[in-house]
Amino acid sequence: MERKNQNPIVNWIVKSKILGILFFVIIGAFAVYKLGTALFDNPSLFLQQVVNGLQLGFVYALIALGYTMIYGIIQLINFAHGDIFMVGAFASFYSISRYNVHLWFQNLFPSVPVMLAQIIGTVTVILVSMVVCALLAYTIERIAYKPLRTAPRISALITAIGISFFLEYFGALNFVFSPNYITYQRPFAVKSWFVGPSGFGSIESGIAPPAHSIIFSNIFLIIVFASLLLLLVLQYIVKKTKIGKAMRAVAYDKPTARLMGINSDAIISVTFALGAALAGAAGVLYAIAFPQVFFSMGITPGMKAFVAAVVGGIGSIPGAFIGALIMGQAETLSAAYISTPMRDAIAFSLLIVVLLIRPKGIMGETSSEKV
Amino acid sequence: MKRLNKSSVLFLVGAVLVFSVIQVLISMKIINSFWSTILLQAGVMAIVALGLNLIYGFNGQFSLGQYGFYAIGAYTAADITYRWTQLHSASGLTVVLMIAILAGITIMLIRNVVTKIRGLDTLSAFALYLTAVVFSIFVAIKIGQLIANPVTALFNSLPEQTSQYIIYLLAVLLGGAIAAEVSFLFGLPVLTLGSDYFGIATLGFSIIVKVLLDNSDTMLGFAEMKGARGMIGIPKVTTWAFVFFFLLLTVVIIRNLLNSSYGRAIVSIREDETAATSMGIDVAFYKTITFVIGSFFAGLAGGLYAHINGFLHPNTFSFVKSFDPLIIVVFGGLGSVTGTVGAAFGWALVLEGVLRLVLPDGFETWRFVIYPALLLVMMLLKPNGLFGNYEIPFIRSIVPALKEKKADSETAKEAA
Repeated sequence: MERKNQNPIVNWIVKSKILGILFFVIIGAFAVYKLGTALFDNPSLFLQQVVNGLQLGFVYALIALGYTMIYGIIQLINFAHGDIFMVGAFASFYSISRYNVHLWFQNLFPSVPVMLAQIIGTVTVILVSMVVCALLAYTIERIAYKPLRTAPRISALITAIGISFFLEYFGALNFVFSPNYITYQRPFAVKSWFVGPSGFGSIESGIAPPAHSIIFSNIFLIIVFASLLLLLVLQYIVKKTKIGKAMRAVAYDKPTARLMGINSDAIISVTFALGAALAGAAGVLYAIAFPQVFFSMGITPGMKAFVAAVVGGIGSIPGAFIGALIMGQAETLSAAYISTPMRDAIAFSLLIVVLLIRPKGIMGETSSEKV
Repeated sequence: MKRLNKSSVLFLVGAVLVFSVIQVLISMKIINSFWSTILLQAGVMAIVALGLNLIYGFNGQFSLGQYGFYAIGAYTAADITYRWTQLHSASGLTVVLMIAILAGITIMLIRNVVTKIRGLDTLSAFALYLTAVVFSIFVAIKIGQLIANPVTALFNSLPEQTSQYIIYLLAVLLGGAIAAEVSFLFGLPVLTLGSDYFGIATLGFSIIVKVLLDNSDTMLGFAEMKGARGMIGIPKVTTWAFVFFFLLLTVVIIRNLLNSSYGRAIVSIREDETAATSMGIDVAFYKTITFVIGSFFAGLAGGLYAHINGFLHPNTFSFVKSFDPLIIVVFGGLGSVTGTVGAAFGWALVLEGVLRLVLPDGFETWRFVIYPALLLVMMLLKPNGLFGNYEIPFIRSIVPALKEKKADSETAKEAA
């Protein structure tokens, strides 16, 4: 399209891409105006929403990492990932309410302070779920995906959809998870604090926190710390260990990696297990934050996390994290300030807008390394 | 008369035979209402899947948004007939007709302008189209409301049955038209994305449509759609004859499209985009037009579907369900018209009919445990679909034999 238009004004419009830019600037200006007035009107409420969004975003981040790793290594949109997240939540539900896993440590070492024991108990629950999910994903990978390594990509995708259906509806059977909504018992007692102009303090039951302060609970702290820790561990595994190196090599070029003596099938299985472990942890954290488990609970968070991975640039670990934080904020802020029932539509519109501006996601092109 | 060869005649005779046998069985109540509803849904699903097969199977654009357009068509058509039967007003028809016509004209006009401007980027073009179409919609609503009363009077002067069917048929076609126009606006910027990203964006689209339908009474202001409670009071006018006629029409249209230079162009885009460009094929144009045609069929099928049960619920169009046409297309064999139709009927009959009947009481919920297991076995045993590249002679004689061609080029490569 080197040929120029006759009319200089038309030429300028074409060259500056002004119309498209104007279009997005108007949309952006609307969002900025809405959020700006919200911040100006009631800063503490706004920051409260941001805190809530962070809580959601960190959970999404853990799920999104699995999506991004699996896509990075075999270009498969693993639709079953959200259901592995569901299995993780249910694993923790059973380990808490049936086997009291969260009390094991406390019973073994009664002299340890209660708070520390609770933290360790929660960590145990999370670890159990992670292991369950990793094993499940490893099995699924061996049975369903491995035979399709050489088949067309669409076969693997359909298989992923099939696995997703299977996990959901098998879970919905009466003797498995049952089709009911089940109340989730948290492995620790909820405690909340406030921080604001009137200082910092814990919230006692029955007493309202002071006005204009932001409330956060130990749920928020556990989610943030657990997610950050897991992200760092993942980053360490991918960047510093031998297996991580192999993962990056397989993601970059599978045949060449195989020529270098890397067992690419085993590495892919490990990637699935690793992603699933993160999804399992996310399942526990999500159930702690929203204490209810049911067989189809994985669909919506799974979808949002997937979108987060795409927004951040699929295949990139920091991208998935950033995308998830953006999605968390988009969801809570649009629910609070634009329209509650439309929050999903707004979140997915954001996906389309980001894809139009940056077709490979926010971090998609800058990071050449994929896992 | 050259076209009327042996395979065409055979196809027509076969179609008439299948139609009349099932029609007779239905009218003799040998096929009860349970099975006939399944047959209708299978036919509708076949149209949706044929649309998707055009987009994905023949043009290679991985779309998960087919159910979004299906939903748009269903709700558009349902709204028109609802207003006629429940409110005795043709305002739905006139407004939607005006929107379809004016938006269509606007798109054509803007397209004329955009193609004259060299090198306009997609987003700018999209902004132009969107603004113009939004304005045209405002104008169209005004005009539609103005002519609503005379048109209502006109339809009232006709016999009741006749006006009912005219409005129904127009509603079905308009459902397709609106879906097609929306797909044009949406597809224009999104089709520039790569294959997987296009799939993700279309998935996002179908979720957005579903959320909008969930809130159609509060956010969009269509009180009669009743949002997440589900729309009721739609006349149940879709019969086997209508479904079969539209299915036949879809098959013939797609077969003729594939036979034309258009068909060869979109198949060449699927095979190699760069090569197609270098052959002088306007890739962006053909991708968009394929997406529009595929979505038109989805919207048309939606209109038919809305009038089967007389009830619409946004959950019917949830994104989990939006995999159904994709599964059917892959089951039948990508790029096989015969396979898609066969798979659609097989899928509906097995999943809705046979599995429901075969399973003993109390094992109803096992239906969706067996289904993914079947899916898995199918993918492991026949990754290219049940029919692979097979076509019945009527369609095969027309479509350039892709498989052979490909094999030829491979053998040529090997020989070289």
